[in-house]
Formats: sequence, structure tokens, C-alpha cells
Amino acid sequence: MRINVDLALCQNYGQCVFAAPDVFDLDDAGELVYQASAEETARADVEAAAMACPVQAITIEG
Amino acid sequence: MSTPPARRIVVVGGSLGGLRVTEALLAGGWDGEVVVLSAEPHVPYTRPPLSKAALADGPDLATLAFKQRPEAARAEWRFGSRAVAADLAARTVTLADGGTLAYDGLVAATGVRPRRLPARIDHSAGAGHVVRTIEDCRALHAELRPGARVVVIGAGFIGCEVAATATGLGCHVTVVAVDESPMLVPLGRAVGDAVRARHERAGVAFRLGVSVASVSGTRGAYSVALSDGTSVKGDVLVQCVGSAPCVEWLEGNGLDLTDGVVTDNRLRLGGGTGAVAVGDVARFPNPLFDDVPRRIEHWQTPLETARRAAATLLADLAGTEADPVPFTPLPSFWSDQYDLRLQSFGVPGLADRTEVLEGDLEGQAVVGYFRGEQLVGALLLGLPRRAAAVRKHLLASLTDPAATYAA
Repeated sequence: MRINVDLALCQNYGQCVFAAPDVFDLDDAGELVYQASAEETARADVEAAAMACPVQAITIEG
Repeated sequence: MSTPPARRIVVVGGSLGGLRVTEALLAGGWDGEVVVLSAEPHVPYTRPPLSKAALADGPDLATLAFKQRPEAARAEWRFGSRAVAADLAARTVTLADGGTLAYDGLVAATGVRPRRLPARIDHSAGAGHVVRTIEDCRALHAELRPGARVVVIGAGFIGCEVAATATGLGCHVTVVAVDESPMLVPLGRAVGDAVRARHERAGVAFRLGVSVASVSGTRGAYSVALSDGTSVKGDVLVQCVGSAPCVEWLEGNGLDLTDGVVTDNRLRLGGGTGAVAVGDVARFPNPLFDDVPRRIEHWQTPLETARRAAATLLADLAGTEADPVPFTPLPSFWSDQYDLRLQSFGVPGLADRTEVLEGDLEGQAVVGYFRGEQLVGALLLGLPRRAAAVRKHLLASLTDPAATYAA
């Protein structure tokens, strides 16, 4: 599963971090960092993260 | 033998809660019909930007519309369709056009509508704007021209965000409110005063602790008379005086509808099976805090209640045991005002005292909200990088009061 975040849209609200902390994080400057791919076992969390994003910046492929 | 009619779930309300519960029902194995009644004429869209970026730039439905899971397309979406009554015993919903829909399962997802100034206040001359729908946002955006005098009635989150956005567009903003500080009820005086100071630095004028006596004039020349005998003049009037749950259609079923619709912890309403509520309209007890049913008008509420309510309804309709694990979502919301981001976790409004846990209110801060010794909420002022840690700490505290805060 590949994960893409449109960083032009992202406002660092952190909702994805709460939903899928193994995949998304905020760095010390408060900016989003994330893994571009994740294991299938993380799918439910990543989908929850995509749904929780207030600006719908997250897309999942595969 | 004839085929029995397909079983049907009717979802009343087609915004975020209605969408997510529809997706969850269909993804969760419901093989009957799902009919979604949406009072709005178009697909569900995200509302938080309507008082922030979308108000500044002008709203665009294509950008704001929610991405939907493929399952959502299997539902029958009836846009511009409103339920006016429901009979939980007979399992029917009556529509505004007089038709009725029989159901096996019902989801109440009707959300809230903006409150208006009470009718006893004479504002017949002009009601001004509210901010709830994309149409509301578009209409207000068109009037927020540089130099326009904007009177915002109400100093809650929406009022404060509208004030900040309008100021950013070059308007001259006055905020009028009954409370003594902005966001007083949800966040308390200390934080309210700190946020007020930032608004004032940006040029916003506050008239606090006064109520509106009357509104006269019309667009371009309003005069808002206040309870202290003074008045405020403005070109643009915006009412941000809270919201009211849309529950009238549930009347006549013996339900407690005093503030939303009361549900059990699994989001069932009416004490039986076959009906659940999601989103802003659901008043459910959350054992993270206590056994008092509360409505939570926060971003995640529609998502989290949708998932849980769908599971409850599917189990009840199948005659199987609902998930025994209590439903304990952690409320959270955010607000952007100028370059300040507020992020809240838990229910700060339950607190009887606050304590600055980190930083200071003039700059960046983490504020703890305590009910007795129990941390029940936390607010970050301009410290987004601390959000995950603070949220984690609050969750730990709510389940183990001995947890200590590490800055």
C-alpha cells in the first residue's frame, strides 16, 4: 500500500497522527512526516487517517 | 415464491456523519438497501474551512467535497430530501413531500443548524449572515471587502474564526458577546483573555458582557443596539450564536430531545434496537469522563460515532451481540485564528480549574483542564508539535489518574 500526502494541502492538523501513529508523525517543527508505504496490516489505521484528514490531503494507492 | 423485499436502512442526514455511517454499513456487510436523505442539495463536504480558508478565498465545492469510499455509491442518495417525522415503533420515516419510507434500520445523522438571535430581539430589518453551509460561506465571503465594517455577534469558535478571517481580508471587525471573554464556556477565562489579546492586536474591537437589544438598518448600514445603551454600526452582520440540534423530526417517540437525541453508549436511541444516532446530534455517555450523555460537536465525532453506530446497528439487525467494549472516543478539535492554532483534547468545558502545564499564555502554551484532581481536557496554544504527546498524556490520565505530565 502506497501513501501520498499532498503537502500543498496539508495544514499539519495531526489528525492522521492520532489515527495511524506508526505511519504519520509531526516533527519538532510541527510539520508532517510520513512513510510513503505501509504494510497491509496498517490498512485500517491508514484508511482511518485518510478519512480523519480535515483537508483530505491523504490518498492511498494499492 | 416471490422474493422478499430488500431490507432497508434509512440514514437521515447526508453530511459527514451520514456519509461515514453509510460507508461503514456497506463496508460492514449490509446487503440490503441504504437510503440517505440529505437536506442539502449537493454531496457532503467539509465544514471547518467555511469560517477559515474557504471564507477567505471563497468556497469551492469540488475542493471541499469529501472523498468517498467506493461503497458510498451503492447507497441511494436523495439530495434536497428532508425527513419531517419518524415512527420508531412502526419503523417508518415521513418525508417533507408527504411520502413515507419503511425501514429496518434508522440512523439519525441530522446534525445541527445555526441558532439565530431570539425572536424577542427585533431584528426584522435584517438577520445578517450565519455560517454553516457552503452557500452561507459564499454569501458572506462576497461581502468581506477591504474596509467593510463587520459586526460579529457571538464570540465562540465560529465567531472568533470569522473575526480573524475578516480582519485578514482587511475588514474592520467588532465582536459583540454576552460572555466576558471569547470562547468562555468551552475554554475558560484565562485562555479566552489570551486569545482576545491576539485579536485586539490584529485590530478587532470587542464589546463583551453585553447582549443585543435590537438590530436595525439593513445590509450596508446596520445598527446593533446593545444592552448597555450603546450601539455598534456595521456594513455586514454575522450571527455566530451557537447551534441547535435538528431533532424535531424525532418528536412523538417518547425520546429525550432536550439537547440532541439521547442514546446509550452504543449509540442506540429509543432504548430498543433498529435506530442509532451519529455525529453532532447524538448525546451519548462516554465512560472516559462519566455517565452523563453529552453532544460533542467536534470534527472526529461523526467519524467515530459512524463506525460504532454502524457496528451496533448491523449487530442488532442481525440479532447478534453488539461489541461489548465500551465506546470511549477522545474528543478533539482545532481552531485557526490568525497564525495561532488552538488544539483541544478531551472536554475542557467540564473543568473547574485550569493550569498552564507548559509555556505561557502570551506565547505558546499547553493548558490542562482539571475537574477536581482529574485532568479532563488539554489545550495547545500554538504548539502543534506537542499535540500527539499531550493527547497521549490525557488519554493515560483519563484511564490512570496517577499519570504525570512531562513537558
